[in-house]
Amino acid sequence: MRAPLSWIRDFTPADAPIDEIVAALNQLGLEVDAVEEPGREVRGVRVARILEVLPHPDADKLQLADVDFGDGQTRVVCGAPNIAAGMVVPFAPSGATLPGGFTLERRKIRGQVSDGMLCSAKELGLGDDHSGILALAPDAVLGDDVRPLLGLDDVVFDLAITPNRPDAMGIVGVARELAAHFRQPFTVPDPVVVTDPGVAITVPVLIEAPDRCPRYLARVAEVTVGPSPEWMRARLLKAGVRSISNVVDVTNYVLLERNQPLHAFDLDRLAGPGIVVRTATAGERMTTLDGVERELEPTDLLICDADRAPQALAGIMGGGDSEVGPTTTRILLESAYFERMGIARTSKRVKLRSESSARFERGTDPDGVAVAADRALELLVAVAAARVAPGSVDEYPAPVVRPTITVRTAKVNAVLGTTLSGAEVREALAPLGIDLAGDGEVFEAVPPSFRPDLDREIDLVEEVARRIGFAAIGRTVPKPEHQVGALSRRQRDRRLVADALVGAGYSEAVTIPLVSPEAVARFSDAPPVVVANPLRSEESVLRSTLLPGLAAVAAHNGARGLADLAVFELGRVFLRPDPDALLPREPECVAGLRTGTVRRTPVEPDRPVDAHDAVDALRSVLDALGTDAVRIEAAPVVGLDPVASARVLADGHPVGVVGVVDPRVVDALGLASPAVAFELDLDALAAAPTRDRQFRSVSPFPPSNVDLAFVVPDTTAAADLVAALSGAVGPLAESVRCFDEFRGESLGPDRRSLAFALRLRAPDRTLTDSEVAEVRERAITAAGALGAVLRG
Amino acid sequence: MNLADALALLERSAAEAAAAVVGAASLDDLASVERDWLGKRSPATAVNEAIKTFGPDERPRAGQAVGAYRAAVTDAVAVRRSELEAAAAADRGPGLDLTLGGHGAVRGHLHLVTQIRRELEDIFVGLGYRIAEGPEVEDDWHNFEALNIPPAHPARSMQDTLYIELGRPEQVMLRTHTSPVQIRTMETQEPPIYVVAPGRTYRNETLDARHSPAFHQMECLAVDRGLTMADLFGTIEAFAKRLFDDESVRTRFRSDFFPYTEPSAELAVSCVFCHQRGCRVCSHTGWIELGGCGMVDPNVFVQVGIDPEEWQGFAFGFGLERIAMIRYGIDEIRTFFDNDQRFLEQY
Ligand SMILES: [Zn+2]
Repeated sequence: MRAPLSWIRDFTPADAPIDEIVAALNQLGLEVDAVEEPGREVRGVRVARILEVLPHPDADKLQLADVDFGDGQTRVVCGAPNIAAGMVVPFAPSGATLPGGFTLERRKIRGQVSDGMLCSAKELGLGDDHSGILALAPDAVLGDDVRPLLGLDDVVFDLAITPNRPDAMGIVGVARELAAHFRQPFTVPDPVVVTDPGVAITVPVLIEAPDRCPRYLARVAEVTVGPSPEWMRARLLKAGVRSISNVVDVTNYVLLERNQPLHAFDLDRLAGPGIVVRTATAGERMTTLDGVERELEPTDLLICDADRAPQALAGIMGGGDSEVGPTTTRILLESAYFERMGIARTSKRVKLRSESSARFERGTDPDGVAVAADRALELLVAVAAARVAPGSVDEYPAPVVRPTITVRTAKVNAVLGTTLSGAEVREALAPLGIDLAGDGEVFEAVPPSFRPDLDREIDLVEEVARRIGFAAIGRTVPKPEHQVGALSRRQRDRRLVADALVGAGYSEAVTIPLVSPEAVARFSDAPPVVVANPLRSEESVLRSTLLPGLAAVAAHNGARGLADLAVFELGRVFLRPDPDALLPREPECVAGLRTGTVRRTPVEPDRPVDAHDAVDALRSVLDALGTDAVRIEAAPVVGLDPVASARVLADGHPVGVVGVVDPRVVDALGLASPAVAFELDLDALAAAPTRDRQFRSVSPFPPSNVDLAFVVPDTTAAADLVAALSGAVGPLAESVRCFDEFRGESLGPDRRSLAFALRLRAPDRTLTDSEVAEVRERAITAAGALGAVLRG
Repeated sequence: MNLADALALLERSAAEAAAAVVGAASLDDLASVERDWLGKRSPATAVNEAIKTFGPDERPRAGQAVGAYRAAVTDAVAVRRSELEAAAAADRGPGLDLTLGGHGAVRGHLHLVTQIRRELEDIFVGLGYRIAEGPEVEDDWHNFEALNIPPAHPARSMQDTLYIELGRPEQVMLRTHTSPVQIRTMETQEPPIYVVAPGRTYRNETLDARHSPAFHQMECLAVDRGLTMADLFGTIEAFAKRLFDDESVRTRFRSDFFPYTEPSAELAVSCVFCHQRGCRVCSHTGWIELGGCGMVDPNVFVQVGIDPEEWQGFAFGFGLERIAMIRYGIDEIRTFFDNDQRFLEQY
């Protein structure tokens, strides 16, 4: 909200320097977003009276005005149609400065000398009104600076009010806080309403939903609708509200000042002088002031006329046809208290937030209803020549009772870490309007009706903290005594995995898990978890694999000429919930993507990335985790090339995939080619067996190396042969490694040659030639069982 | 051989050896010259043998002469060896140009958010905390209700929530903060509790320079007997000093509102870049706003079955991207999620 300092000063001196006021507001939790001085640049503009208005000899739309500015007279050219002899106006002589730093000079306009200009409200920085020259009060002293007259010396605080402080959405509430802070007087004068028995009229009010509308007060007055006086327009403008008419302006003025939304109905346009407060019926419709026809629900609260026709969506916006207009002569003024949650629900459902609903849903002052109405009537008498009917209809069947809260000084100190005395606690709370009884150790506190946020002891502890300021609280560092700080196994593993991939040359990407359905479908055929209210399709489902995000990263970089990329991501993916669960499954995965060329030049030739690069990266992850019993097995994988993809198994359970990205996906996304990828499920890996960590002594004896080459059918995987050879050799096999793959016409179709290096070693002796020969035969036999034929 | 013979032999040999060393044309030649004039059959060896037959008063003189001879020949050999080695190296052609570099990139880089996250985790582990985690898709209870945010509470409109098509309408959502991890921790763990919860959070915003539908937060929760707001402020200050590696960092707190803490405060640290003289990072205020904090609201304790009369707690949270942006002068949040290779490799 925007709080002009001049308005605050109606209630408390607030005469501290501006920066101290700003600091106080900030400390108190009324955060100052901006400090504005609307008329800061206006200099030298003076009060002048128009003596005579003459036509401009050479321009139809311009006039000449002779003005008297107290200690002199001069002539200006003026384009506004509303000037007339006798009008008192703001006059900016040559040398005066206007907003934007614009300085006036004496100059000729269409052949006539103009010694300055007459100003509109907008030209003085007072809002948007540029329709005519601003009319000043007729008794303004000629020659005076207009700054004090128009409140241009004012400072406006733009405050961000937290939802728990409805009272601070009114000027009076802000003033109360500042008065308490600066220990200055705080006075809100009681409104004085002069009534006129001649306009007596009875307005029956029927509240059918007292739980939703605990209080409804109606007053009646005859008014003369017209423009508001300058002071009110200026004040509203500074507070950010446009002037509409004196009657509407008064309701807005009281809303801003007292935080009590009011509504004025044209009494003669209601069907009979009466009000019914009721909930809507299913399917009922009404058109609100903004011209939108709204379908209502039984939870919506309506203000209706005697015929039960809706005239307002209670507390949110007017409607029907009872709005105050230029022809209105009698008004019904509504001042009510609505239950917060009901207003919040309807406001949210119809997506309509107004100055009124924002206040009602935070909680207004149920006991401030009558005085706010009086304040409005007092102002209507002043600015709309109101004749106020005596008496009011005030339906308040069950007055809101404020809680009595026990506040312990010891608890205040226990929470804040302070050593306040009971007297200090009292001194902190009392200026906020809180009634306190008690001995200093324990208080019985009754918070004021305008503070719905105060109903527990802790709420008052917070008030004490706000009042003494957080700077008065010390700094101590607690040390947990029951535990040692540490990462969990998974948290350590996560770091190991990321570090392994960084070591393997991959950089980490962090992508947003919200993706398009098409993006995720490229890499997964599982139905994704769907966002109910996405802003756009690109962020409408959750990833079920990390690969779409990495593919997007590759596309981004590729588009910037960065085709050679090695990236990984470690994070959650989202799978539809298990049958009895509400929330999705969120396994943690790690995936890598590599595109383009492996740069080796000039030392060696470059080569395109290939699937074995992805296998290397994957193995570095598995090695970091110590995963044992891993198998890679050719299998089709969504998004990968069917002839170059595999799944990864640990102890027989699937834990991931690896391969070449499907060329169709590469084309569709414009990725650099080739692209290879892997993905591993860290949750599944956490359940997989890990390497035996029991120490094995290393043999000091020399190894025996045996190389074997076989011709094998293409259907036999190299890994299967390695496993067969290792198994056949037994504990003597220190390592078995495939070191050559060869295809050639001599081998026949669908066959290849695979060569293996076996390093044999015994823990306790050097192997004899005959032992080695015997092991070699066992190996050949085992390979033969898989269809492998030893090459000559 | 008498002394005179010996001295004459060494003098003559020195001159001949010098000539032979200079005349050696290769390292092999030089080795054989060295053997001839310093080895077992050299004049020096012969003189050494003869010294035994000399009188005691003659022996020192002879010994000195042998030493001088050896030193002179050794030095000459060393000089000639250097010359010949240099010549041999020149014959191998130009040397290896190591400025050509290696075979390629040797190491990748952790994302900046991960680096910041690890750094913060380590600070809190040092303070004795554990790391807590929870799901990114949450139910209404953990994200709102248990945090003292009932349906239609105005605080809900502070968060632009992304809901998930599961359960009842608006029952399942992408968590809007890391605070539900507080609830999950307190539901499963008896106090005392000292944890930090880093993780991804979501808002219904489209990715642009200033907004992102996902970003990262870290939240701290401590529940113990007798914890006070001074403990909260002190912990934040200790953390901020480590974060900026600057013992002069101070903290400032201003009243604020969060439904799940009371009293609540906005937390700011003194600007370490200008030491409060005013700079771009702190918008010339001398203070950098980092996040929010407060004492755990008793209602939250009641929701998770912890007695608010026995236990008190504090919580604070802040954004990881924001810390990185402050520290490294990154202007746009989108930078973190574009994952441009040049950005990734800068950190
Ligand atoms: Zn600074």
